[in-house]
Amino acid sequence: MPSEYRLILKYADEPGYTPDIECYLRHGGYDALKKALALQPKDLPDGAKRSGPEQIRQEVMASGLRGRGGAGFSCGLKWSFVDRKSGKPIYLICNADESEPGTFKDRQIIHKDPHQLIEGMIISCFANDVHLAYIYIRGEMPDGARLLNRALQEARAKNFLGKDILGNGYDLEMHVHRGAGAYICGEETGLIESLEGKRPYPRIKPPYFPAVLGLWMCPTIVNNVETLCNVKHIVAMGGTEFAKLGTPNNTGTRIVSLSGHVKKPGCYEIEVGRATIGQLIFDANFGGGLRDGRKLKAVIPGGSSAKVFKAGEKFKIKDKEVDMLDLPYDFDSLIQAGSMSGSSAIIVMDDSTDIVGALANIAEFYAHESCGQCTPCREGSLWMSKALHRLTHGEGRAQDADYLVKIADNIPGGRTICAFGEACAWPVQSFVAKFKDEFVDKGAADEERRAKKSKGAGPGMEMKLAASQQH
Amino acid sequence: MSAAPTTETKPAPPAIEKIKVKVDGREIEVPRLTADWSGKLMPTTMIQACELAKTDVPHYCYHPKLPIAGNCRMCLVEFGTPALGPDRKPILNPDGTPKVVKSPRPAIACATPVSPGMEIYSNTPGVKQMREGVLEFLLINHPLDCPICDQAGECKLQEYSVDYGQSASRFVEPKVHKPKSVDLGPRIMLDDERCILCTRCIRFTKDIAGDDALGIINRGSFNTLTAYPGKAFDNNYTLNTVDICPVGALTSKDFRFQMRVWFLKETKSVCTSCATGCNILIGSREKKIYRYTPRENDAVNGPWMCDYGRLNYKWIGREDRLTKVQSPKSKVQGQPASWSSALTEIAELLKKTPAGSVAIIASARQTNEELWLISKLKAKLGAISDSVSRMGEGDKLLVSADKNPNTNGAQLTGIAANLMGANLPKIVEGIRNGKIKTLIVFGEDVTRHGMGADLLGKLETLIVSDILPNATTKLAHYLLPGCAHAEKRGTFTNTKGRVQKFMKAVEPPGDARPEWEFLHDLVCNVTGQDGFLTIEGLFNEMANAVSALNGLTWAGIGDAGVTVKI
Ligand SMILES: Cc1cc2nc3c(=O)[nH]c(=O)nc-3n(C[C@H](O)[C@H](O)[C@H](O)COP(=O)(O)O)c2cc1C
Ligand code: SF4
Ligand code: SF4
Ligand code: SF4
Ligand code: FES
Repeated sequence: MPSEYRLILKYADEPGYTPDIECYLRHGGYDALKKALALQPKDLPDGAKRSGPEQIRQEVMASGLRGRGGAGFSCGLKWSFVDRKSGKPIYLICNADESEPGTFKDRQIIHKDPHQLIEGMIISCFANDVHLAYIYIRGEMPDGARLLNRALQEARAKNFLGKDILGNGYDLEMHVHRGAGAYICGEETGLIESLEGKRPYPRIKPPYFPAVLGLWMCPTIVNNVETLCNVKHIVAMGGTEFAKLGTPNNTGTRIVSLSGHVKKPGCYEIEVGRATIGQLIFDANFGGGLRDGRKLKAVIPGGSSAKVFKAGEKFKIKDKEVDMLDLPYDFDSLIQAGSMSGSSAIIVMDDSTDIVGALANIAEFYAHESCGQCTPCREGSLWMSKALHRLTHGEGRAQDADYLVKIADNIPGGRTICAFGEACAWPVQSFVAKFKDEFVDKGAADEERRAKKSKGAGPGMEMKLAASQQH
Repeated sequence: MSAAPTTETKPAPPAIEKIKVKVDGREIEVPRLTADWSGKLMPTTMIQACELAKTDVPHYCYHPKLPIAGNCRMCLVEFGTPALGPDRKPILNPDGTPKVVKSPRPAIACATPVSPGMEIYSNTPGVKQMREGVLEFLLINHPLDCPICDQAGECKLQEYSVDYGQSASRFVEPKVHKPKSVDLGPRIMLDDERCILCTRCIRFTKDIAGDDALGIINRGSFNTLTAYPGKAFDNNYTLNTVDICPVGALTSKDFRFQMRVWFLKETKSVCTSCATGCNILIGSREKKIYRYTPRENDAVNGPWMCDYGRLNYKWIGREDRLTKVQSPKSKVQGQPASWSSALTEIAELLKKTPAGSVAIIASARQTNEELWLISKLKAKLGAISDSVSRMGEGDKLLVSADKNPNTNGAQLTGIAANLMGANLPKIVEGIRNGKIKTLIVFGEDVTRHGMGADLLGKLETLIVSDILPNATTKLAHYLLPGCAHAEKRGTFTNTKGRVQKFMKAVEPPGDARPEWEFLHDLVCNVTGQDGFLTIEGLFNEMANAVSALNGLTWAGIGDAGVTVKI
C-alpha cells in the first residue's frame, strides 16, 4: 500500500514544530541556502566557467521539477527563458494566491513552515540574479501574510536577507503583497498587473511573456509556493537525486489537497505518480474511503477547473485500458485521460451529489471571478451560470444540456487572453458530456411541471424566465 | 529659390527587411517591422500583414493608433508556421517546399507578429465560427436599440452582425443591466449597456491625451466603463473617444440626436481654430453644418482633433452673418449695393490713390490665395500691410499657441510683418498724421488693435470685408461680405509649413462671396492684369510666384497637403 512521502511537509505537522526561525534552524533550516551561496565556479571541459547560480539552474533543470501552480510547466525551462541580457532587473514573484477551489496546500506551508518557502525563494533568487522578490498572497489569508512578514523580519535579522547575505556579497530584498480577493490574481500576468497597482487584467502573450516583459516590463519569474520550496530540496539533495523521487517526467513529490465526500479529507504529500486516484480516495493512508453506504459518483482531479471524471470511466493509456481510479496521480497520465492534475486538488463526489447543482456552484464561482476583460469569458461565464441557475431553480429546459455545451464550446482553446477561459468552460463541457442524462432529465422535469401548472396552455405558452442572479 | 517642397519633414527611414508570408494562400512580402501606434518600429503583426494583402480582419479593440489591448477576440485567425526538424532546419515537403504545420490554437491577429513563411488563414470555417461566437457573446447583453442609437450606420456591431451574426438569438436569460445615459463630462454621454468594453476610449484618454480619467469597475460580465468616480471626463480631447468607440456607447452631446449620419454630406476640410490645421471632415446637410470629425493625416493630426476646434463651427450658421454688400451710396439709401458696382467704385478709388496712402490689414485667417491676391494689390498701391496675431495657450498633443490658421501664409505672401503686428503702430501713426487716407481691412476688428472709431473717422475710405459684424464693419464705407472656409475652397499653410487645401461644404448665405473671387475681380480692375478664374489656376499661379511654394500644384498637394520650407 503506498504511503505519504513527506519532503515539503516533513516537519510541518510534527508536534512542537513552530513557524519561527529558531525552530526552522534546529531542523537544518537555511543549510541549503548556505550550500548554494558557497558554490564555487566550476571549470567546464571547454575552458569556460560555470558560476554558482548557473550550477543551481542546471540542477533544477536536471531535477525535472514541474510547476506546482497549475500548468505543470518545467521550472528549469521557465528559468532558462528569462531574458538575462536586457540590462533590466530580474524579479521573482512567489504566487501564493492559492484560490483554485479545492486547493489548500500552499497555505499549509505558509502557516506551518514559512521559512522553508523563504529559503527556497532566496536560493531561487540567487540562482537567477534577482535582487527584489515579492510574495503575492491571497487577500483572504491575513494570518499567512502576518506569518510571512514575521518570518521575513527574522530572516533579515539573521542576514539571510538584506545586504551582503552571509558575507557572500549577494543582496536581496523581499516583500509580502496582499491581494484583495480575486481568483484571477493567481493568473501570473493578472498577478503582475495587480502588483503594479492595477486591475488584474491578464496580459496578452505575445508580447507580455513574464520572462521578458513582466513586472514593470522587466524579466520576471513567477512560481508557485510549492515549486519554490522544492528548489531548496533540489539544492540540498542534488537534481539527479530529486529526479529519483516520483516517476519519469513526473518527478518529486506533490501535496494533494483531498476534499469532498471522503472520510479523511486533508493534504497528502506523495511521490508524483506513486499513488493512484483510487488509492488516494480509498486507502487508509489517505482519504480512507467514502462515507459509509455511499458509492462514488465523480472526481474532479485537479481543482475545480479540471475536467471531471465519472466513476467507472475508462481510458486508453499506452494501449492499456485503465479505470479512472487506477490512473497514477501525476501530470502526464491525467492529461492523457483528458483532464489535468492542475493544482493537485482532488474533489470527491459520492452518489448523494446533485451533479447539476455542483456544476451550478462551480459556474457561479467562475462567473463571479472572470476579470471581464475578454469577450468569450466575460459573457460566456455569466451566461452559463445564468442557465445553470435557471436549471437549479425550476426554470430548466430539456434542451439546456446542449445549450450549455454550445456556450462552453465558444470559450476555450486559445480564444481568450488567459487560461481562465478553459477553467470556466471545461467543467461545463465535461459535466454535461459525462452526466448528460441528469441535465436533460432535470430540464425535462421542469418543463413538465411548468406545463402542468399552466393547465395545458400548450407549447405556445412561453415560460417566464424570471430567474435572476445577483453578483 | 528655396528648397524643393517635400511631403516628409524627416529623412526617409532606413530600408526594412522584407519577409514572405501567405494570407489565405496568397504569398505576399511584408516588412519585418512596421510602425506601431506610437511610431516605434515593431515586428509586423498579422493584422498589418492582412491589411497589406487587402484582407479584412474584423476587429473591435484594435486601433492602429492606440496601444494593443487584444481583448475583443474578434480578430482571431488560424495560422501555420514552417516545421523545424531536430536540427532546427525547415522540414521540406516531397516537392521541396517547406512543410507548414497549422497551430492547434488560434491567435489574435492584432497582437501576433508574423514570421518568415507563416501562413495566415483568415476565412476558414473555424475562424468563421470563432467570429460568430464572439459576436454572439457581444450581443447577448446588448440592448439592441439600433433604431434610437446615434451610432446606427457607423456601428461595427451592426456591421459585423450582418456578416457573422446568428439571426435568432438563443439567449433566453435576463440581460445584465448597466447605467444608461451617464453624464460622463461636459461633452460626452455614455450608455454602459451598449459598451462592448473594448477599452479604446480608456487607452486613448490615458495614452494619447495623457489623462487617466476613464477605467472599468466591477467584475466579469458586470464590467462597467466609468470616469474616475466624482470627476468629470473633461479634457480638450474627449470627443475623439466618440469617434473611436466602435458602438454607440459614447456619444457627443453636441451631435447626438441631431442627424442620422447617412444623411450627412462629408467634405474634406481643415480646422481653422489654430495653426495646427487638423484635417477634418465637415458633416453637413443642405445649408447646415452638423459636425466636424477628424480626417486622418499622420503628418498633421493623426486621427485626432481637439474638442475646441471640433465644436467651433456654430458661428458659421449665425443669424447675424454679413450678407449684403454696402457702399457709401447704398448706406445712405438703406439699400444693398451690387457686387459689380461696389467693386468698380473701389477699383476706381484705389487707382487714384497716391503711393503710400493706402494701408492694408489682412487676416491670418485668410487663405494663401486670398493673401497672395492682396499682396498684388499691396504691390500695385505701394501699400503698407500687416495682420493681427492671436496667441493663446498650446499643448503637447495638437493645439498650437498660435490661434491663426494661416500665420505662415500671411508671412510667405509678405502680407504680415516678420513679427506679426509690428506694422500696426505705424499704420495707426500714418492715419493719425493723415498720410494714410485709405484703409482696407479683411476679417479683423481693428478697433481692438489701436484703431478706435475716432481714428478710423479720419480716413477718407474704409473698405472692410468680414463674415460677422463688429465695430469695424459698422464704420466701413464699403462692406464686402465674405465666406467661412466651409463655404469656399482654398489653402492654408500650417505652423509646420504644411500647405493644405479645403473644399466647400455649404453655400454662403445671401450675397456673401468667397474673398478670392471678388479679390480676383478687384485686382484685375486695379492692375489691369487678368488672372485665373478658378481656384486651381489661382493656386498654381501663386505657387509660381511665391518662392516657398514653387513647384506645388493644386492637384499635386492632394488631400493630405505638402510641407514646404518656411
Ligand atoms: C485563472 C488562473 C488562476 C491561477 N491561480 C493560481 C494560483 O492561485 N496559484 C498558483 O500558484 N498558480 C495559479 N495559476 C497559475 C499561474 O498562472 C502560474 O502558471 C503559476 O503561478 C506558475 O507557477 P509554477 O510554474 O511554479 O506552477 C493560475 C492560473 C490561472 C489561469
Ligand atoms: S479569459 Fe477571462 S479571466 Fe482571462 S483575461 Fe479573459 S476575461 Fe479575464
Ligand atoms: S465606451 Fe466604446 S470605446 Fe469605450 S470601452 Fe465601451 S465600446 Fe469601447
Ligand atoms: S488642435 Fe487646432 S487645428 Fe486641431 S482641432 Fe484643435 S484647434 Fe483645430
Ligand atoms: S481586435 Fe480585439 S483582440 Fe484583436
